[in-house]
Amino acid sequence: MREFRYEKATDPAGAVALLAGEPEGAYLGGGTNLVDLMRLGVATPDVLVDVRTLTSTEVEDLPDGGLRIGAAVPNADLAAERRVRERYPLLAQALLAGASGQLRNRATTGGNLLQRTRCTYFTDTTMPCNKRAPGSGCGAVTGLHRNLAVLGATDEGPESAHTCIATHPSDLAVALRALDAQVRVLGAGGERSVPMAELHRLPGDDPSRDTTLAHGELITAIDVPALPWATRSRYRKVRDRASYAFALVSVAAAMDLDGGCVRDVRIALGGMAHAPWRATVAEDALRGGPATEEAFAAAAEAELAAARPLADNAFKVPMATNMITRTLLQISTEARS
Amino acid sequence: MDREITLEVDGAGRASTVDTRTSLLDALRERLGVTSAKKGCDHGQCGACTVLLDGRRVNSCLVLAVTADGAQVTTSDGLAGEGPHRLHETFVDHDAYQCGYCTPGQIASAAGVLAEVAQGWPSAVTEDLVAERTELTDAEIRERMSGNLCRCAAYANIVPAIAEVAVEQGVRA
Repeated sequence: MREFRYEKATDPAGAVALLAGEPEGAYLGGGTNLVDLMRLGVATPDVLVDVRTLTSTEVEDLPDGGLRIGAAVPNADLAAERRVRERYPLLAQALLAGASGQLRNRATTGGNLLQRTRCTYFTDTTMPCNKRAPGSGCGAVTGLHRNLAVLGATDEGPESAHTCIATHPSDLAVALRALDAQVRVLGAGGERSVPMAELHRLPGDDPSRDTTLAHGELITAIDVPALPWATRSRYRKVRDRASYAFALVSVAAAMDLDGGCVRDVRIALGGMAHAPWRATVAEDALRGGPATEEAFAAAAEAELAAARPLADNAFKVPMATNMITRTLLQISTEARS
Repeated sequence: MDREITLEVDGAGRASTVDTRTSLLDALRERLGVTSAKKGCDHGQCGACTVLLDGRRVNSCLVLAVTADGAQVTTSDGLAGEGPHRLHETFVDHDAYQCGYCTPGQIASAAGVLAEVAQGWPSAVTEDLVAERTELTDAEIRERMSGNLCRCAAYANIVPAIAEVAVEQGVRA
């Protein structure tokens, strides 16, 4: 591990000021991903600014009935928070589907959103990887990619500097994407609010960048807007073992029903792309239509029409289609009972 | 770069000088001679290093020691009072290990699980997310203990060892 200086600030603005002058520095949250990446030689900061308990550790009510989640709230506490369990079951379920009890106790809300892909080519410094070593190519497109992206990836072949089929590993981010959360960010120029839709990016021509945040910007809180019908929502995750594994495919969904019709619906997918994937094609197809298994399946198939799977991850396309269908069916069945 | 830290480890105040790169696990084992928590994967994947940090179970291999300055650390050894902790006894009674390497992590983690359930925390297999009380069923134990691997696969005996203490603590009928 590269040697680094350890710094603490007395408030978030102080942390931002500390990191502003450190181009190779990084914030340290719970460290459950960053410390591992440093040990692997994937992350090599020369300064760590500890922000684990610097931002808010509280979950506050917003005037509209939503919640403001402090960036320092541990994942375990957020999943146990009664208002989250009551108002946004998909959010609690997403958190509980992620990692292990030990990791959820340490990992922070802000850090969860900024964790890096678990693509094995990214975490192995002997392999080509455009995300870790820009321009080195992508080992995954012609290698092990069973768990990698089928939507929104860049594949110009293994030698291209643009190719990246990494997936974003967070479960929490998928639920927040479905909920249209806003990420509050503090930078040297002040505070701004970034919609979840704009926080994570697709690889495009620069796979090295996971998010749209500038160096030194600090997530201080997440605002989750009120969504009364999110009380009927679900996070469903399929993985290679029953617990403690990253998603092959996950679905965060909420649905507002008007009798047998879909008044409104939110669907986001995990394990499918470089960013949490909002299934807007499926949502548009469903809104105002019948809440039937046939309609759910047709909408899911329409969403997945854009998929560009590789040899070993094509199974994700029917898996995602089936999971969207089953999750919506489950929500509509529960709503009727 | 060296830093001075103090920790309360299993009830005793300890001071040490550590490089900022030192994990809490290495500080315990290599600096302070506290070898209860074990190094398995050193990546947060196996749980052998589990300790209670200010009362919460964490992977000590992923905690930088410098960030734990002033904290209270409890290892499996430290759970013992006058005599062994009930988890120590039930792990023996149920033969809940073979080689024993993962056991201190299993026991520290199980102590954390019991505290989390007592606070009403749900898990991924909890049917009713808004229930006030969660019953620590076998399925709940398996899910909540999934961050602790046992290469000897003593799981079939670890579950009843934890279940017995759960009954005694009133979180399982």
